[in-house]
Amino acid sequence: MEGARVSGWHLSRIEQVAQIMVYLTRRIEFSASHLYHNPALSAEENKRIFGKCNNPHGHGHNYTLEVTVAGEPDPVTGMVLDLKELKEILEREITQRMDHRFLNYEVAELNGQIPTCENIARVIWNLLEPKITQGRLHKIRLYEVPDLFAECYRNGAHAG
Amino acid sequence: MSGHLAIALGRRYRFAASHRLHSNQLSEQENSRVYGKCNNPYGHGHNYVVEIIVSGTVNPATGMIVNLADLDGFVEREVIESFDHKSLNEDVLAFRERVPTTENVCIEIFQRLKHFPLAKLERVRVEETANNAFEYAGEEI
Repeated sequence: MEGARVSGWHLSRIEQVAQIMVYLTRRIEFSASHLYHNPALSAEENKRIFGKCNNPHGHGHNYTLEVTVAGEPDPVTGMVLDLKELKEILEREITQRMDHRFLNYEVAELNGQIPTCENIARVIWNLLEPKITQGRLHKIRLYEVPDLFAECYRNGAHAG
Repeated sequence: MSGHLAIALGRRYRFAASHRLHSNQLSEQENSRVYGKCNNPYGHGHNYVVEIIVSGTVNPATGMIVNLADLDGFVEREVIESFDHKSLNEDVLAFRERVPTTENVCIEIFQRLKHFPLAKLERVRVEETANNAFEYAGEEI
């Protein structure tokens, strides 16, 4: 009944504010090396499936990670979350863990997995999702090279 | 957290082609008014970028949704071979009937790729130039 006492203008303004969802994206880069090799497969199968990515000494990429957080801007600060805080989370969770590392040997979360773009993206999602407490992690996109990337998002959320 | 985690793979391809925007359903003046210099009878060309996104289960043995060689081969056969260094109007059957706007190019590419047997096609994005892009996800209104 409280709503009935506010003016029509006020009511529509409240409704409008309540529905606003903003997506913010921050980009970071890290450089790392990796190789694709499944010890359960023969040398020939590894070569056939993974091609030159199977080179035993590894090779490297400049990865670009885009992290998209969805949420309502705080009415006081106008922010979904403080970008400084997001920057610190990305530095702590991703850059320090993966930048200038050999992903197969130095990133514990990838132990026993082939460090493909898909698997690295999933590891990144699992690292970031619990840390982002203002707004919610909406999507990540990880570029291995400019023409190849993997995305992670929760089904049901708009993937755009 | 609701919804299970989806993982998708994106890949970008390129082709160069010419086109002319001209509708048989419009008069010469109307074509000129609607399409402007894109209606130039000799056509013109672009370096197109096609971005496709496929989703699926990550195979634990390979770490991949789909082997890139299979995806690249499919896109090459279904799209790039018939679009690259071609006149879209003259050389691609679909554009004998439909104006090869980038909207229609995007839809045509989606139709050609949606039967990819190894992963689910989620979305096609076509960049006609660095300044304009079109996306189609198979939605019908």
